[in-house]
Amino acid sequence: MLHIVACIKQVPDTKIIKMNPKTNTMDRASAPAILNPYDAHAVEEAVRLKKRYGGTVSVLTMGPPPAVKAIKKCIEIGADEGYMISDRAFAGADTLATSYALTKAIEKISKIKPVDLIICGKMTIDGDTGQVGPGIARRLDMPPLTSVNKVKEINVEEGYAVVHRKLEDGYEVIQSTMPCLMSVEKEINEVPYSSMANMLKAARYQPIIWAVADLEDVERTQLGLKGSPTIVSKVWAPTKPRGGTMLEGEAAQQTEKLLNILLEKKELFSVKGGDKS
Amino acid sequence: MSEKFDVIVVGAGPAGISCAYELAKAGVNVLLIERGEYPGSKNVMGGVLYRKMMEDVIPDFWKEAPLERPIVEQRFMMMDKESAVTFGYKGMEWGQEPYNNFTVLRAKFDQWFAGKAVEQGALLVNETVVLECIVENGKVVGVRTDRPDGDLYADVVVLADGVNSLLAKSLGFHKEFRPDEVALATMEIIKLDKKTIEDRFNLEENQGTTIELFGDATKGILGTGFLYTNKDTLSLGVGSLLSGLIKHKIKPYELLEYVKNHPMIRPYIAGGEPVEYLAHMIPEGGYKSMPKVAGNGVLVVGDAAQLVNAIHREGSNLAMKSGQFAAEAVLLAKEREDYSEATLNHYKTRLMSSFVGQDMKKYKDSTHHFDKFPQYFDKYIPMMNKAMSQMFTVDGASKWEKQKKIWRDVGTAGEKLKLARDAYRAWKVMK
Repeated sequence: MLHIVACIKQVPDTKIIKMNPKTNTMDRASAPAILNPYDAHAVEEAVRLKKRYGGTVSVLTMGPPPAVKAIKKCIEIGADEGYMISDRAFAGADTLATSYALTKAIEKISKIKPVDLIICGKMTIDGDTGQVGPGIARRLDMPPLTSVNKVKEINVEEGYAVVHRKLEDGYEVIQSTMPCLMSVEKEINEVPYSSMANMLKAARYQPIIWAVADLEDVERTQLGLKGSPTIVSKVWAPTKPRGGTMLEGEAAQQTEKLLNILLEKKELFSVKGGDKS
Repeated sequence: MSEKFDVIVVGAGPAGISCAYELAKAGVNVLLIERGEYPGSKNVMGGVLYRKMMEDVIPDFWKEAPLERPIVEQRFMMMDKESAVTFGYKGMEWGQEPYNNFTVLRAKFDQWFAGKAVEQGALLVNETVVLECIVENGKVVGVRTDRPDGDLYADVVVLADGVNSLLAKSLGFHKEFRPDEVALATMEIIKLDKKTIEDRFNLEENQGTTIELFGDATKGILGTGFLYTNKDTLSLGVGSLLSGLIKHKIKPYELLEYVKNHPMIRPYIAGGEPVEYLAHMIPEGGYKSMPKVAGNGVLVVGDAAQLVNAIHREGSNLAMKSGQFAAEAVLLAKEREDYSEATLNHYKTRLMSSFVGQDMKKYKDSTHHFDKFPQYFDKYIPMMNKAMSQMFTVDGASKWEKQKKIWRDVGTAGEKLKLARDAYRAWKVMK
């Protein structure tokens, strides 16, 4: 039976977050915490694969206690089990330390039930790196399949998966051995409105929470701030573009003026390998 | 495969949460359904939480609840265009335990309160809209939600779905409310430095002020405004009966802009940054607009039952009390294993014999009276301002002369008689 682990994260809703202009840091209190939108698609894909092939879906997150809410959201989507690693020792982790901690948790989950597939969102909307998924794959020596926008086939018995990877000008079809790790694009699916049964299940659900001491073979120096070589030298809010030209006149005149401007700048619209006519 | 609960409470506001809390505490299997992202996300009030009724649900709540400031001063401003007659009371006894009341921000407070109900064992489901009650053989047996496979069943459904209770309406418990039965309030939460707030309102740390605004705050239309101090924000709002807004062709946000720029208010909020804009309807029809509150398998609580005392700006406390009484009635019905209207009517009896029902009755004519006779707001308040101005302007005229002039300014003998009659009438509807 297929066992899928979806790695998820609770993030501040960066669509509405405010920057502190003095310190140039995100004012996390200014935005509600939500399930990283890409991760919702990862969980949904796991749930769909479960429906197609049978099996179970576990979700895993690292975060402070309130992140239980994000796990509950995944149960609403249809996940079966939720694991959370939560410990002061994890705090301040960059992508390297995060992938290490999640790997240790996945190793523990594998002992409960062997893991066939790990699914991550393409990236988080607060860090935008997309590094944690491939990081886990490397540590577990699994093939990392990034930018997946379709899972064509999974064959647990024969141990392979066929997926579409999104490219700039199309997609490629690749076959990988399993277990493997996929990080998915948001186009891979649409997350539907959850059923009442799932809502009730989520409302009652309590995830399994592990501290560092619950994990095995952990090198503490690789955790949290200590295990994070990344230095963020500067964060700033991009300045809003100013200026622009206002076109005057009747609608028809405005259209003509706009057309002329666009024709002058036609190099902006040339498409690589596109229609030559 | 639909689940059945003992009780389903629709709406996580003060009424719904109180009811769910009491039921869960008594070991009842209760589901609380909220349409917002979390309890409080869609709930609005000016911001005064009354200690007594909250304490009846959770003793010593002030030790852990997310409150803004205990209120030590209540002021009333009778406003004209460029003046105001202000009176009020400030007392240090309100600044210490057990306190009198607090300012709160509902988005924070309701979330906490609902969390307490969940701790007691209530099940909370957010982001779910109840479309209708499921009625079988003249009895409410459950709710239909907008979720796939969203039917749920219960012995009793408690409707705490707020002012415009579509569920109670669809059961025929009330008609569409008239514009003179509901007010529309708009408010802003304005961010200001904590110290600035304390300086401007003459407060010490952990003290708060409420100011109720009458008269020109609503451009003389029946309604009130309010300015409340939170920790590091102010809540400023105005509310008027819909009928008044329609009659005077004023948009609610125009009224809010007007009061923000009023010379009596402007200095309080100067330099503040509006961080939230909220609008909500308030049921102000009073006793005469109350719907049927108990039926077979169903109870109506809080705003949905029109439980607002507009004169005393009370609502959340009545809501909590009604939630408690509803829980009491459910427990009685459970004991008797009879969820008919006859048994559930225990709720109505308890409600109407308590201060909730008594106050609703006491002020049953007040809104209607002030709506019918607009002179209180658009004439007598300006008159009062003018009188004060004359009395306290030192210009060489004797105080006798001043009194004479003030009396003369009331108008003709007929108008004086009218003033006396209006004063008597106002006393009568308030007594």
